[in-house]
Amino acid sequence: MAAVTSRAQRIGRPVSIIAILLVTAIFLFPIYWIGSTAFKPRNVATSVPPTVFFQPEITPFVKLFTKRAQLREQPTQEEYDAAPWWEQAIYDGGERVIKARGEPLLSQYPSRFINSLIVSVVSTVLAVGMGTLTAYGFSRFRVPGADDWLFFILSTRMLPPVVVAIPMFLMYRTFGLTDTHVGLIILYTAFNLSFAVWLMRGFIDEIPKEYEEAALVDGYTRIQAFYKIVLPESVTGIAATSIFSFIIAWNEYAFALIMTTRRAQTAPPFIPSQIGSGLPEWTVIAAGTVLFLLPVAIFTFLLRNHLLRGVTFGAIRK
Amino acid sequence: MAVLAKLDAGSPAARRGWSDLTIRNAFIIPTIAFLIIFNIFPLIYSLGFSFTEYRASLNRPAVFVGLANYRDLLSDPDIWRNFTITAKYVIISVGGQMLVGFGLALLLNRTFPFKGLITTLLLLPMMLSMAVVGLFWRLLWDPSWGPINYALGLGKFEWLSHPTNALFAVAITDIWMWSPFVMLLSLAGLSAVPQHLYEAAAIDRAGTWYTFRRITLPLVAPLLLIALIFRTMEAFKTFDLPFIMSAQSVETVAITLYQMAFQSWDTGRASALAYIVLIVVVCITNIYVKYLNRLRER
Repeated sequence: MAAVTSRAQRIGRPVSIIAILLVTAIFLFPIYWIGSTAFKPRNVATSVPPTVFFQPEITPFVKLFTKRAQLREQPTQEEYDAAPWWEQAIYDGGERVIKARGEPLLSQYPSRFINSLIVSVVSTVLAVGMGTLTAYGFSRFRVPGADDWLFFILSTRMLPPVVVAIPMFLMYRTFGLTDTHVGLIILYTAFNLSFAVWLMRGFIDEIPKEYEEAALVDGYTRIQAFYKIVLPESVTGIAATSIFSFIIAWNEYAFALIMTTRRAQTAPPFIPSQIGSGLPEWTVIAAGTVLFLLPVAIFTFLLRNHLLRGVTFGAIRK
Repeated sequence: MAVLAKLDAGSPAARRGWSDLTIRNAFIIPTIAFLIIFNIFPLIYSLGFSFTEYRASLNRPAVFVGLANYRDLLSDPDIWRNFTITAKYVIISVGGQMLVGFGLALLLNRTFPFKGLITTLLLLPMMLSMAVVGLFWRLLWDPSWGPINYALGLGKFEWLSHPTNALFAVAITDIWMWSPFVMLLSLAGLSAVPQHLYEAAAIDRAGTWYTFRRITLPLVAPLLLIALIFRTMEAFKTFDLPFIMSAQSVETVAITLYQMAFQSWDTGRASALAYIVLIVVVCITNIYVKYLNRLRER
């Protein structure tokens, strides 16, 4: 390598490193901006010109979780002093925390966040569970027309959500599944199942058949060989597929928008709906966004070696 | 396999537990059945509606109208306008993603400190929720206090409320989000180019441009093509990003479909439009899967 390093390459090195840093900074700027907005005082968030340096505060997160109303009269000094720090922060913004029987009321955000969690986790478990079995079936047994079936499975994933949503909505309405967790879980399971089959097939194909054959000779049944040999060997694959499925369900917007309104509404349709009319409180929206994006960011780091496989449905492995 | 078959037929292993055939069916059939019930059945259901005059909001039965919905849609200038907007959107955003993504890959395809960390950070946007990305980019594009106008010194330039500018603003957001996808695939292609080809080219005193055109590009081309087809398909279906950012200005086909089906409740007509969209998507998917399979075989 060193022998053929040209002069252009030697000069190019510091230049390219500077370019890489610059590009990275530009790419991460939007994420930095929303992240910093979540910690800005309200008047700083929409200041002209935009504020870069400010005293960070966590009031937006307090506001995110509490139900608030405009203060009609200032609290007395005793009331203010007796209030915990988070309530004082709300008072400072000219608002009060709405309480029922002395307990502060929660905003809608936590319930939407929990809905997202329930729907994503359950649909992931179902999709990856079924998907792993099916992938094993396609990987190890002769299936007549296997390629056609696999194409069919993949093609279900390619349908635009809005196209499927029209008949699904009518069916769900008939069976009372609109705005229910079960309804959304079924949809996301169907959505992720085809993905899980394709991804898991790639992982299982990589496990040598000889392992199971040896086990069969040793007197294992096929099923025993599957769960004592194939499953432990594919733990990495199952983990990667699960994280991917979770992210897909966690991020899904169109179905959630159409199928849920209140009880089962997930975070993606809820967060934008906060803008509504009037002056949107960007710091609070940013706080909600940051909490919502955080799990995905963490998972992306865990997945970093499997991203290529995931986004190409297991077609490209490396 | 032949050994296994013999084992299966004659040895006690075959008689213990389930037969391979039973296991295969038990593992595969539920998945296929599930996908048929929740994908194919609804499609047949809506195919029926596409030939009717029906409103899901009214308690009135559907009236069969034959191909009238399709005829109306295909001769409706508004629908063609939406298809044109969608096509423009696809060309600008996918074109941008290919250029930026491949450019990033060329830039990152060398050794530098913290390579793994920086690559992962650059891949982050494509993992985020499109709806939420659209939402926080509204903050960035804001005409009066958004940092983009401030950084570019554009004053109160209107982005999202102006039809043409909005198309670019949404497309740029899409480019930000999905260039990492093209970058990821390109990096895989670049790292697979054998180093000795470059060494040979250097010995032959081949120029940078010549080396790029004759060695790099042809070897990365298959992966770039995969990225191109996949992104085209996704961009054609685009709903979340323009819907959140600028539904009036960037009315893609998916948004029209949503509004027709769930806001005007014109179920019959919307079903017909859904079928037109479906046919286009199936065509692109077919091309995509053909290339995926060709790539697998290698």
